[in-house]
Amino acid sequence: MLAAPVRGERTKENMAKLTFVGGIHPYDGKELSKEKPIGDIVPGKELVYPLSQHIGAPAKALAAKGDRVLAGQKIAESGGFVSAPVYASVSGTVKAVEPRRVASGDMVMSIVVENDEQYEKAEPLPRKPLEKMGTEDIIAVVREAGIVGMGGAGFPTHVKLSPKEPDKIDYVIANCAECEPYLTSDYRRMLEEPEKLVGGLKIILKLFPGAQGILAVEDNKPDCIKVLEDLVREEEKIQVKGLKTKYPQGGERQLIYAVTGRKINSTMLPAQVGCVVNNVDTMVAVYRAVTEGRPLMERIVTVTGDAVASPQNFRVPTGTSYVQVLEAAGGFRCEPAKVICGGPMMGTAMFDLNVPVTKTSTALLALTKDDVSALEPGPCINCGRCVEACPGRIIPSRLADYAERFDEQAFLDAYGMECCECGCCSFVCPARRPLTQEIKSMRKIQLAKKKKG
Amino acid sequence: MSELYKVSSNPHIRSGAVTSTLMLSVVLALLPAAGFGVYNFGPRALAVIGVSVGSTVLTEYLYGLLRNRKSGGGKKTTVTDLSAVVTGLLLALNMPVGIPLWMPVLGGVFAILVVKLLFGGLGQNFMNPALAARCLMLISFPAAMTAFDCDAYTGATPLAVLKEGGEVDVFRMAAGFTGGTIGETSMIALLAGACVLLFLGVIDLRIPGSYIVTFSLFVVLFGGHGADPAYLGAQLAGGGLMLGAFFMATDYVTRPITIRGQYVFGIVLGLLTGIFRIFGPGAEGVSYAIILGNLLVPLIEKYTMPVAFGHGKGGKRG
Repeated sequence: MLAAPVRGERTKENMAKLTFVGGIHPYDGKELSKEKPIGDIVPGKELVYPLSQHIGAPAKALAAKGDRVLAGQKIAESGGFVSAPVYASVSGTVKAVEPRRVASGDMVMSIVVENDEQYEKAEPLPRKPLEKMGTEDIIAVVREAGIVGMGGAGFPTHVKLSPKEPDKIDYVIANCAECEPYLTSDYRRMLEEPEKLVGGLKIILKLFPGAQGILAVEDNKPDCIKVLEDLVREEEKIQVKGLKTKYPQGGERQLIYAVTGRKINSTMLPAQVGCVVNNVDTMVAVYRAVTEGRPLMERIVTVTGDAVASPQNFRVPTGTSYVQVLEAAGGFRCEPAKVICGGPMMGTAMFDLNVPVTKTSTALLALTKDDVSALEPGPCINCGRCVEACPGRIIPSRLADYAERFDEQAFLDAYGMECCECGCCSFVCPARRPLTQEIKSMRKIQLAKKKKG
Repeated sequence: MSELYKVSSNPHIRSGAVTSTLMLSVVLALLPAAGFGVYNFGPRALAVIGVSVGSTVLTEYLYGLLRNRKSGGGKKTTVTDLSAVVTGLLLALNMPVGIPLWMPVLGGVFAILVVKLLFGGLGQNFMNPALAARCLMLISFPAAMTAFDCDAYTGATPLAVLKEGGEVDVFRMAAGFTGGTIGETSMIALLAGACVLLFLGVIDLRIPGSYIVTFSLFVVLFGGHGADPAYLGAQLAGGGLMLGAFFMATDYVTRPITIRGQYVFGIVLGLLTGIFRIFGPGAEGVSYAIILGNLLVPLIEKYTMPVAFGHGKGGKRG
């Protein structure tokens, strides 16, 4: 095999199939959960709403201990521009406002609601009819609805939708890649409610008069491509594009490159190359907020893995405990070796299931085998597999060396901050070195330093 | 919290590749060449291979024991990564069949102990251990290392004949029925093994490809025979070029890790081999070319460091 083009724009080869350079092909495990329709869930007695379910300032609690709240009632307001309000997903009484553990393991100030099982609904969000809405109105509703990027990052969506120069946006991309192994929530959503996804895309396109809408789907989901193509046949401004199936095809930088041939680095926003990217669930949330006045208070969660009795996707009210989510899928089939919030490549391992589903919880994955502890790391043999796999086109093995001996300058000079923590390098490393992990900790330190100034 | 689960940072899954299986695949890929060597040169070739592999593995094992005793024990032996087997096998394939058997022992100990372990073990050596040992022995025992007369063949190697302006049979050379070191003679056996490694993705064509292409161009331009296919064919099939290009220049540890650097490395090796073979005093030059190339690796890497995605040219609007 000769080298794929390292740099440069569209070549004939990758024009044929939209993709990026690097990446990996892990076992995708999607067949476990992809066939079953999205199920519903019983939220349980106690729901926990962390005030920080997004990137940016934490929300400020509006509800206090003893208050009665309704499903769809705002219980915490936005703490700044880059922030998002939080809504109750059930009716009940506020039991406490206290720090609670979240999936990452951190303690986060949260509002705890005791479910009264009445599911009494609050008034929908005030809004104008869609035809009469202007740009500002739409963004205001999205902001008020507490919508954040639901693919995992949790960046407040209204910020993404308000770039400095909206006229210079050429593409609004719906990220339907779902490249993370095992996850099928976007897949089910596209099959079951494609009109809501396309509706959300059309609403966002209203904000950017010069933009093309693109539904970018990995080609391992031909059924989704077909459904969406049928749906947008009449739409002049919307196209469906098939992407090569490869992890991390749905990474923002890789997706933008695959679809448009434009490149951004870690310091740039998609809007700087004329792109706005939103994930499937986020676009559906936008649609429901704008047309139904429904705030963000539920999401689709994939419960899967070979340790789960009956893997399936569920429509889960935010705040529901993972214990409840697991129960809906029949509990564990056998003792799991590892339980992960999210996918196997970028998810967070959980030591305890008693944490709430938040706006950014994509999945509960339980595996019977833990690859990480199964084999001991050895010395780097310089094989270069990490270099081939790295979508950031950096040299993970060297960056991990710099991180290990805390050589900050060398780390920065070698573009260490360009790592997107996708995990490809650790996945391929034959010496089983924890490359991603080492680079990740160094990045964390550097980001904290930068923040401090 | 009744039960706690194991946690670690992402990613939580791993591919199947491990160091020892990579090394094993290299050993297997060298077996056609080794097997042909035994067939071509007789059972003594097997003895050389056995002694060489035995000495490299034993050196690695004993060093591990000694170090382990000093550090209080508990560490597993590094023999199981199989890299010592690869070194021992490569070293044997680089020796003539008639070599006194204590020489491969010396070479094996030098390769593993001095070139590899003293510099920190697997992944830390800056020269290919087998080639460094071969060069040491070429310098120390030039007569024994170039005594290619044996029961099967007498007289000069095809490359030496070529150097003197004589005629050689290219097809016999490609098949391997000529004098030379144990593992270098059969281009066909070597390429068969190389194809396995290419197919498994253990190596790629960047280094061997740019090496062989550069060397061919050099021979055409400066060899004095123009584009004569017979001469060029003999230069390609002769000596250690195929063994070097596919099995030693591609050694992970001692080649650049940058993708552009690998092309540069191959070109440098092609040029050096051409210079040594055509303008040098000897007929062969692959070993010295690769060793010299190994020394240039840090420099090559320095100037071929990649620019991260989204930086440099084409970063903004594409």
